[in-house]
Amino acid sequence: MKARRQGARAGVLVTGVCGRLGLQLVRSLHRTEKVIGIDTREGSVLPRDVTHHRIDMRRRRSRDIFRRAGVRAVIHLGIMHDPRASAAERHSWNVDAFSSVLEFIRDYHIPKLVLLSTGAVYGPLPDNPQFIAEDHTLKGGARDPQLGDLIEVDMLAQSYFWQNPECETVILRPTHIVGTVRNGVMEYARLERPPMALGYDPLIQLVHEKDVVKAIMLALRPGLAGIFNVAAGGQMPLSRVLRLVGKDPVHVPSGILRTALRLSRGLKAFEFHEAQVDYILFPCMLDTGRASRTLGFEPDHDVFSCIEEVRCAISEEP
Amino acid sequence: MLDAPEPRLIRSMYDKWAAAQPWVNIFLQRVGQVVGRPENLDLLLDRGEVVLVFPEGVKGIQKTFQKAYQMSEFGLGFMRLALAHSCPIVPVAVVGTEEQYPAVWDAKRLARLVGLESLPIPLQTLLPFMGFMPLPTKYRISMGKPMHFDGDPDDEDHVVGEKVWVVKHTIQLLLDKALRERRHVFW
Repeated sequence: MKARRQGARAGVLVTGVCGRLGLQLVRSLHRTEKVIGIDTREGSVLPRDVTHHRIDMRRRRSRDIFRRAGVRAVIHLGIMHDPRASAAERHSWNVDAFSSVLEFIRDYHIPKLVLLSTGAVYGPLPDNPQFIAEDHTLKGGARDPQLGDLIEVDMLAQSYFWQNPECETVILRPTHIVGTVRNGVMEYARLERPPMALGYDPLIQLVHEKDVVKAIMLALRPGLAGIFNVAAGGQMPLSRVLRLVGKDPVHVPSGILRTALRLSRGLKAFEFHEAQVDYILFPCMLDTGRASRTLGFEPDHDVFSCIEEVRCAISEEP
Repeated sequence: MLDAPEPRLIRSMYDKWAAAQPWVNIFLQRVGQVVGRPENLDLLLDRGEVVLVFPEGVKGIQKTFQKAYQMSEFGLGFMRLALAHSCPIVPVAVVGTEEQYPAVWDAKRLARLVGLESLPIPLQTLLPFMGFMPLPTKYRISMGKPMHFDGDPDDEDHVVGEKVWVVKHTIQLLLDKALRERRHVFW
């Protein structure tokens, strides 16, 4: 009961704090909370009052941070999405590190866990419902082996939620996050001529990184637990998104695209896996009704302002 | 439907196979149709939309011409959802479709090779210069009165099945009447 005894002095521990989203989060969070950040990366841009521990969560020494710091909530952002990393490294980073986080939360009776999962766990499939609710089966790993460990992390958090009801576990599943973040969708938008699959034009949802931060802040409220999809209001066909971003897509048969990505995988030339071609074939749109009703989440940015953000972000870069 | 004070677009449910086909998926999505999943039907009925369902499913288009206008077995899902949402069912019968592409043979072996359950071969594909050109049949669409059903949507299959039989029988009567009144296939 150590964390609870420390009362107001207890802080919020954020893993993956030096990522672009982590940085956005702590800039909002540090005004009202004591923030403890964990990340192996350099943290020179973090606000001065954020305590940064440069350590790998898989190391035994990371337990000391949870033991000593006095933590009232853990926000887990430390997920690796890099398709160029080996499957073993990604699995170890994502699953082993998160298992350690869960172990520390249980051992030190931390009353709140917020996991930033991803809407991709549902997977883009032709027979997906128009809007996927939180209780839908996580089929993302069926075609994309890279998603296997992200689904495992999501499932670990779900099972922790049932086994330890005293810990309020919140799982957020945002759709494609846009803004200053570096992820698959932003890399795709940065391509000179983003490829589209010939004969396909799926509806796309986006969410602004500031809205994701907003959802995380809402999830920190006491008494709140559950799984929530997070997306901006509105959706539109991929072709229109690209047109508004100012890109002229090149239409390629999906089979050729998959083969090209598979053949180039060894060269590590692209940040895309052939399984990710499914995202430009089939929809994976989220039902955000529960987030609105229970979490009280209403996005500040609609799909148009998300697209404007993408346009600005890619045009500002050299 | 569009003459009503608050016009509503009819949203039909299409098979997931169509959702995976290039261009077909774009067309269906652009004209406001949705993949036939219970979640989609649930959402649309919640929003007060008009939904067009084909309770025969793909079996309805797998028939050869000998079985024209003899309906296959209906699924129960549409009735369970109608009961859950207390929405009426309007029976619709269409005459003219079976002669448009009269299937003379079901190439099951060929279908298995391309990953389909069946592959009905229309007459025109066997004739020179016809290809997939549809025959210019006249469509006759008959609508029955709205049917209201009460009951537990989670009832046993045989209980729900009885209600489904009433719908199927009503549509069969509409079909038989339209066929009797039809003077010619093409006009």
